[in-house]
Amino acid sequence: MAVRKPPITTREYWAPGHAACAGCGCATGMKLVTKAFSEAMEEKFGDPNAFAIAHATGCMEVVSAVFPYTAWRAPWVHVAFENAAAAASGIEAAWKKLGRKGKILAFGGDGGTADIGMQALSGMLERRHNVVYVMYDNEAYMNTGIQRSSSTPYGAWTTTSPPGKYSIGEDKPKKWVALIAAAHQVPYVATASIGNPFDLVRKVKKAAKVDGPAFVQMHCTCPTGWKTPLEKGVEIARLAIETGIWPLFEIENGDFFNIKIQPPGGGAKVKREGGRIVAIEFKKPIEEYLKPQGRFKHLFKRPEAIDEMREQIKAMWKTLGVDVTLPKPEE
Amino acid sequence: MPIRTVMKANEAAAWAAKLAKPKVIAAFPITPSTLVPEKISEFVANGELDAEFIKVESEHSAISACVGASAAGVRTFTATASQGLALMHEVLFIAAGMRLPIVVAVGNRSLSAPINIWNDWQDSISQRDTGWLQFYAENNQEALDLILAAFKVAEDERVLLPAMVGFDAFILTHTVEPVEIPDQEVVDEFLGEYEPKYAYLDPERPITQGTLAFPAHYMEARYTVWQANENAKEVIDEVFAEFEKTFGRKYQKIEKYRTDDAEIIFVTMGSLAGTVKDYVDRLRGQGIKAGAAKLTVYRPFPTEEVRELAKKAKVLALLEKNITFSVGGALFQDFSRALINEKEKPIILDFILGLGGRDVTFQNLDEVLEISRKALNGEKVDEVNWIGLRKEIL
Ligand SMILES: Cc1ncc(C[n+]2csc(CCOP(=O)(O)OP(=O)(O)O)c2C)c(N)n1
Ligand code: SF4
Repeated sequence: MAVRKPPITTREYWAPGHAACAGCGCATGMKLVTKAFSEAMEEKFGDPNAFAIAHATGCMEVVSAVFPYTAWRAPWVHVAFENAAAAASGIEAAWKKLGRKGKILAFGGDGGTADIGMQALSGMLERRHNVVYVMYDNEAYMNTGIQRSSSTPYGAWTTTSPPGKYSIGEDKPKKWVALIAAAHQVPYVATASIGNPFDLVRKVKKAAKVDGPAFVQMHCTCPTGWKTPLEKGVEIARLAIETGIWPLFEIENGDFFNIKIQPPGGGAKVKREGGRIVAIEFKKPIEEYLKPQGRFKHLFKRPEAIDEMREQIKAMWKTLGVDVTLPKPEE
Repeated sequence: MPIRTVMKANEAAAWAAKLAKPKVIAAFPITPSTLVPEKISEFVANGELDAEFIKVESEHSAISACVGASAAGVRTFTATASQGLALMHEVLFIAAGMRLPIVVAVGNRSLSAPINIWNDWQDSISQRDTGWLQFYAENNQEALDLILAAFKVAEDERVLLPAMVGFDAFILTHTVEPVEIPDQEVVDEFLGEYEPKYAYLDPERPITQGTLAFPAHYMEARYTVWQANENAKEVIDEVFAEFEKTFGRKYQKIEKYRTDDAEIIFVTMGSLAGTVKDYVDRLRGQGIKAGAAKLTVYRPFPTEEVRELAKKAKVLALLEKNITFSVGGALFQDFSRALINEKEKPIILDFILGLGGRDVTFQNLDEVLEISRKALNGEKVDEVNWIGLRKEIL
């Protein structure tokens, strides 16, 4: 019988036995990113293990490294909440001096990256450390019990952005760290999602292979914080892509004029000019993404908030140089 | 041959770093320590020091990068002061808890507000519960020497704790003094290459560092930091002894000066010790039985030596440039603890002075002497005394 080569290595770096919630999309992300990283190291250095991980405080850190256990099968260090990028800078410098080949991988949540860790991230990127920073974006501070971050999307419920008489939930548009990272004109910046694992793996490998810093903002679901069914993580993440909520793009060397956009799928009609996507007509309304999530439940009584969300999504795509049309659900 | 030259304490610290050959240095400028990273960047630029110098964007990142590098198994160094050290505070606990032998040079400076760039010890004193070892230099030679000694103590298997070496802002950082720069080969012999025993971020032997610990384990982790601090007492004695043998300069956790038959001993740290020794000389000239003692090592606190010292005097006058609210100074607290259960103990008096760079004059010390003598004669005096306060502007 012919044995098919697995699409990705069977080596595990994020081992079974971590303590993440059932259905945690970020845990899936950890697994995929480290596998992809290892493949890249194998292809680049002939050694699949040629990497070390620096991790910021947050869900993925606390669930994976509870003394005396560890879910990590790679050299791994956690320092604090806001400094994964700085710690990674130090490791990279040390490896350079030790003559150790390989690359450093840093993980931070949206809080540890978009908010408190922004300065350290900027410093690391600007200094051109040979580090791939993966921001796993579950769109709130989950570890401390679902508080908003600057990466929480407009309208979302969190414990610090509760909807109420005078509140629609989170009232600011999402901060796109990938665009801030790209402004550092580093070799590689991308957004990715566990909703498109092949694209995710490809991008992480690409990031791992460039010389110099790279940044990947990875959308990953959190059934606990998003109030979604446990088994629907990947599906919901894919809906974010297909409805226009989560753009998949790559920016190399800070060249915003050559943003590479991945077609979203889901029946969206894509218009290109000279190979470049200039317009997308989405077929699935964002409501399809919002509906299965408890964190957006209250919006369905506030349709004007969903319309506002549509406007913000359009504006964000405009920044990427793409005109989008977003359908409203059929009555 | 060692080179005899003159330099500022900041330069001496940079020279110490150069001689210790750290592989990674990460630093951010702050007055009065700025010259340290400047000088180190010169060394690196000229190929005199083969290290990665990370010009970080903040002190928080400086110490975080040091933690990363140290966790990767290399010798690391940084320098800072005041607000910079305060910004590192969070990570100082982490470095100690992770048992990483990082060395930090601190140009001891006051803390805001009001903003003040001059000397006192509040910055490093405020870090006394982090688990770091603390050394205080009296002069520029000591700044250099203690940094070398600090690396050796910190990296000792029985210790494995980070260490800071303080030297007074401007009084030392910016003042040129004679300094002997030891030979590189001799330092190499003294320090050796730093080769951590355990796997440090090594893909061949992956380990997890900086974990989460539940109540079932956290206390033990803190206890090992406590224990390592206790172990450091003996290790420091050994390292100081070896230092003397190697470089010919003698260090002690507490240095005593004319304490035999003293009735009043002035106890202090840092550059103030020099002033106090001169003052004691003057008093001795007047037939007053006074002595001086200097803490070279503040953490681990030299409890045994303090008990020994206490046997020598009727009054211990603590002169300190820091405050611990509701207590007086930190030394007052430490000395009280060391002596509380002793059967016979001297009167301990606390004197807060020299904050924010205010000069400590012989006149000030006369005041200290007067209060101490009153206490000696059985008169009631305040336990905590602020010396040199300008009452007219209060
Ligand atoms: C300086 C500091 N402030 C606050 C915290 C508390 N804290 C730990 S993790 C966390 C939120 C983490 O959120 P995020 O980075 O989004 O990761 P997630 O938990 O969602 O995976 C917070 C606020 C901390 N550890 N350190
Ligand atoms: S709270 Fe969310 S991100 Fe955290 S472990 Fe649970 S599912 Fe994963």
